[in-house]
Amino acid sequence: MISIKNLTKVYHSDSGDVMALEGVNLHIRKGEIFGVIGLSGAGKSTLLRCINMLEKPTSGSVEIDGVEMTSLAPGDLKEMRKKIGMIFQHFNLLNYRNVRGNVAFPLEIAGLDKKAINQKVERLLELVGLSDKAESFPSQLSGGQKQRVGIARALANDPKVLLCDEATSALDPQTTLSILNLLKDINKKLGITMVIITHEMNVIKHICDSMAVIENSRVVEQGPLLEIFANPKTDTAKKFLNSITMSELPEELKDRIRSFSSYHMDGKIVKIGFFGNVTAEPIISTLVKKFDVDANILFGNVDHIQGTPYGTLVLELRGNNGSVDRAIEHLKNLGLKLEVI
Amino acid sequence: MNGTMNLLLVSTWQTVYMVFISVVIASIIGIPLGILLMITDKGQICKNQIVNAILGFAVNIFRSIPFVILLIVLIPFTRFLVGTSIGTTAAIVPLSIAAIPFMGRLTETSLREVDRGLIEAAQSMGASPIQIITKVLIPEALPSIASGVTIMTINLVGYSTMAGVIGGGGLGDLSVRYGYQRFMPDIMLYTVLILLAMVQLIQMLGDFVAKQLSKNR
Repeated sequence: MISIKNLTKVYHSDSGDVMALEGVNLHIRKGEIFGVIGLSGAGKSTLLRCINMLEKPTSGSVEIDGVEMTSLAPGDLKEMRKKIGMIFQHFNLLNYRNVRGNVAFPLEIAGLDKKAINQKVERLLELVGLSDKAESFPSQLSGGQKQRVGIARALANDPKVLLCDEATSALDPQTTLSILNLLKDINKKLGITMVIITHEMNVIKHICDSMAVIENSRVVEQGPLLEIFANPKTDTAKKFLNSITMSELPEELKDRIRSFSSYHMDGKIVKIGFFGNVTAEPIISTLVKKFDVDANILFGNVDHIQGTPYGTLVLELRGNNGSVDRAIEHLKNLGLKLEVI
Repeated sequence: MNGTMNLLLVSTWQTVYMVFISVVIASIIGIPLGILLMITDKGQICKNQIVNAILGFAVNIFRSIPFVILLIVLIPFTRFLVGTSIGTTAAIVPLSIAAIPFMGRLTETSLREVDRGLIEAAQSMGASPIQIITKVLIPEALPSIASGVTIMTINLVGYSTMAGVIGGGGLGDLSVRYGYQRFMPDIMLYTVLILLAMVQLIQMLGDFVAKQLSKNR
């Protein structure tokens, strides 16, 4: 659906050239929610703006639905943009218009007649759950409501693609969740391809099917979400994942764990990272029954991503005559990522 | 007393007439000028460095000429335009010309205050520059532009007091010729009081309009 090849963007300024994107290749499939994560300044916002040509790429190609965006004539670009919705971190609603007027805005631009606009606005407001706020002005709305208006507005011209620029970064966690759920709903209902730019791994975890990690103007890793979660290759990806999986324990926590168990010199502390169905097995009771070791849970977290459980568990294992070692061997054979602390 | 009253009424009317017509002309030309200044600047929707540089230079020239000199310099132009270079109507020409670049800069500043994100959002929807100007920039900046018109109007009241140089009349002329040259302090006082009330009224009206326009925002 969206195919980005060798995309490079250089900003020229008086103090020299700044490379914002360097040789970026991305492939985004039709109907999927694609997340791009990166620290601020990594180039993710520029990448998003290169998709609808708000930023003109210095070189490379951006193809949407078979249309090469970089070489479109101004008139054709305007037509194409009507099929690419965009929502923003700070919503960018027109202050002089009420909710109805804001949602009608892109339809006016597209040249629809009044009656058609009115009908469409009603439907869109219903879709985002704001029918009762049609006459309110942006200043009277909460952040979450403003973003709902932004979403309704972005969907007005039945886009094939929705670009989300840090769409939840200005919202509190609860509102973020409701907006993400709305986006997921819309993706399912309307089959719109979505590209989401964020610095929060939680956003990616919650709704994305695939993801890319961007660092220092380059895409360093990309693929299906489950694959990257199960097997991150780059340090950057690992760091982002760690922000939600805790697979790397913070030093403080390690210290606490060590001090907590320092008087059990005969035991070993192991950290188990798991991903997928292996968690369905009764690991701990197996250890206890089969290997005759005592397992004490020192730390643990479990979460789900696309229905797949993943998490980290820190166990203190105690036993005699090498039973602890045998137990560790067993866990390794189960395909668990295991580390003795 | 009747004579004084008459003088004051005529002069007040002359001032109101000069200022009002000049405000209308300066707004009609100055606001589009401000829009041009803003949209042709670097990084804006119709960036055009040549047009921007020429307009900016012209505006700066007219703004740097003291008004009392402009009054005289423009005499041939005024004669060409209205057929005469003296009188109240003739004074409208230099007043408007002084106010146009001022209004242009005020409008430019107002438009610059419109959140860039709004322009970007409109562009992302496929809006043309004309649509961005008429549906985003102007309506978003309207309260601020209205405040600009207020400032310009009060400025023009001040400028209009110099219209006497080309026989334009008005309250300023009255206070100089009668209040100062004929030693009539009461006339001086009345003209100042009338001007004071006029400025006060314009400001109140301007504030009211700006407030009405920014309702709900």
